Amino acid sequence: MDQTTWNFIFIGITFGVYIGIAIWSRAGSTKEYYTASGGVSPFANGMATAADWMSAATFISMAGGIAAAGYGASKFLMGWTGGFVLLTTLMVPYLRKFGKATVPDFIGDRFYSNGARLVAVICAIFICMTYIMGQMRGVGIVFSRLFDIEIWMGVLIGGGIVFFYAGLGGMKGITYTQVAQYCVMVFSYTIPVIFISIIITGNVIPQLGLIGNYIKDGTEASVPLIVKINQISTDLGFAEYTASTSNTLDMFCITAALMIGTAGLPHVIVRFFTVKNVRAVRKSAYWTLGFIAIIYLTAPALGIFARTNFVEEINQKRYAEAPQWFKNWESQGMIAWVDKNKDGIMQYQAGSVFDGKPVYADENRAEGGPRPVSNTLTESPNEVYYDRDIIVLANPEMAGLPKWVIALVMAGCVAAALSTAAGLLLVLSTSVSHDLMKKILKPNISDKQEIRYARIASFGALAIAAYFGINPPSSFVAKTVAFAFGLAASSFFPTLIMGIFSKKINKQGAIAGMICGIGFTLGYIVHFQFLTDSKDYWFGISPEGIGFLGMIINFIVAFVVSSFTPAPPEEVQELVENIRIPQGAGQAIDH
Amino acid sequence: MTAHPKPSSSYWSDSLKLVGKLLFIWFLVSFGCGILFKDFLDQFSIGGAPLGFWMAQQGSILCFVILLVIYAHKMNKLDDQHGFSEEE
Repeated sequence: MDQTTWNFIFIGITFGVYIGIAIWSRAGSTKEYYTASGGVSPFANGMATAADWMSAATFISMAGGIAAAGYGASKFLMGWTGGFVLLTTLMVPYLRKFGKATVPDFIGDRFYSNGARLVAVICAIFICMTYIMGQMRGVGIVFSRLFDIEIWMGVLIGGGIVFFYAGLGGMKGITYTQVAQYCVMVFSYTIPVIFISIIITGNVIPQLGLIGNYIKDGTEASVPLIVKINQISTDLGFAEYTASTSNTLDMFCITAALMIGTAGLPHVIVRFFTVKNVRAVRKSAYWTLGFIAIIYLTAPALGIFARTNFVEEINQKRYAEAPQWFKNWESQGMIAWVDKNKDGIMQYQAGSVFDGKPVYADENRAEGGPRPVSNTLTESPNEVYYDRDIIVLANPEMAGLPKWVIALVMAGCVAAALSTAAGLLLVLSTSVSHDLMKKILKPNISDKQEIRYARIASFGALAIAAYFGINPPSSFVAKTVAFAFGLAASSFFPTLIMGIFSKKINKQGAIAGMICGIGFTLGYIVHFQFLTDSKDYWFGISPEGIGFLGMIINFIVAFVVSSFTPAPPEEVQELVENIRIPQGAGQAIDH
Repeated sequence: MTAHPKPSSSYWSDSLKLVGKLLFIWFLVSFGCGILFKDFLDQFSIGGAPLGFWMAQQGSILCFVILLVIYAHKMNKLDDQHGFSEEE
């Protein structure tokens, strides 16, 4: 069977499963739509949250980023997992006890103000919107590769599927599809790595590869893989793989901003509203991080394997004898080779081959030769360009695995993008239907009408996301990570923490804190990413890390303003007392 | 809805103490071992990898998972002591 047939089979089966689950779990009430009636088991919610959390970018790009940056990429590994410790110990048990459906709901009630609720709604919509665009783009790209169609068709197919099960099924539908999607993701991520691990380190547990020995040479005495990669890197003019490269303060701030941002992302928080009670939240939290860790512990090993493998198979080899996967991905536009010194041999070294992404000039291609590019070449002796995403995408081919494994990886990419998009879509639609319509604009609408608004909102949100997925605003999507995390870190995280751990913070303090925190963070990011090319950062803190300072500003402003204004009313202080006790987190319905 | 018992002040302060301890370890294994003291720890090694580097890429993540298991276990125990236990 050829590759396309396998692709159709795998994508077809997984889509069939998702749609089947959606029909089985169609939501009837707002409670089912928003929180699956709180009846999801901690184990299932752990899988669902893991799938919700790991986006297309994590799945496709993270290992490649680690392979390229070595130690420097640790900020993502720690940042995107460490946030769950904050989330679990400081937030979700208390928010679950509070028992409302959305994050702005808590902020509105705790700070007894529709103004605070509105600020929270706007933040939630902005965070989710920036995030979901990237997911739609990811789905579009994977589909266009899989079936050789245009990206816009891929975006529409992906969007249609998500609308069907997230828009119609609500949280219940999303939860059980995410469980299925996690299974697809974990198999498709780890299976190819297991085979590569056996080839390179002889160990069937790929996560141990990082501390294992390199045995591919066979005859030589084996050396630790880390020593091998450091040696390869320095031989080729790169920094040592394990060396610290960026400044420590920046690394610290980015890691902190990613952790805090993770703990403040609304689509992750609401996943914990779907379990029965506070005890189940705690249990669900460690399952979640455990499931995430399976993939996050594999990623650094994969990065190191792939980089070693890539150099060994490509560097100083004749193009004519290059492995088949090299040529496959060259024709996909993700690899390019320019024979700068005209020796017919590929030299891979530090430095970029040319500026930007390759622009191919296929009309000049010689029979059996590489695809020529029309980019301006650099002085660097490096001749090989590769897109980092091939570390995951081409991994099965590099390991010489059968075609169905490649199809499985593609299904995994789609699952990663769809599961995250669905979670985001739910927050977007509930923010509009529940927080904006029901709580602020039209308090008298019925349960049925509220769901209808939710479905309309999710359709609208998807349409906008799909539009931007098809026409990405220049380089905007690549920069949204800084935005989404910066915003979550400077708005939701500090405000929620103060709402739970302090009885003194009042509505004036919370609103002023949120506005100052977001204003500062947004201003800094917009200034350095869009208005100027200068890298004259304050104290060397890059825009990705500025959310950490934004959070501190939010805390300080809220405390100062609250100390000059009247304390919160008695019943709000009682509410805070009440959420601190785990007992009585509301009724739940078993599925 | 039944009236909740007032949270005995010791429940809240005990849980804050527990969370404080766990977050101290959280900070130590990630920001401490992985970033601030990374170069110092790199002189030791685990398997074939420098310790600081390994903590930043894998060790800290393993510690996070363990921290959450401890959190769930200890908090449940605290609930039981104060009569807040609920079945899962």
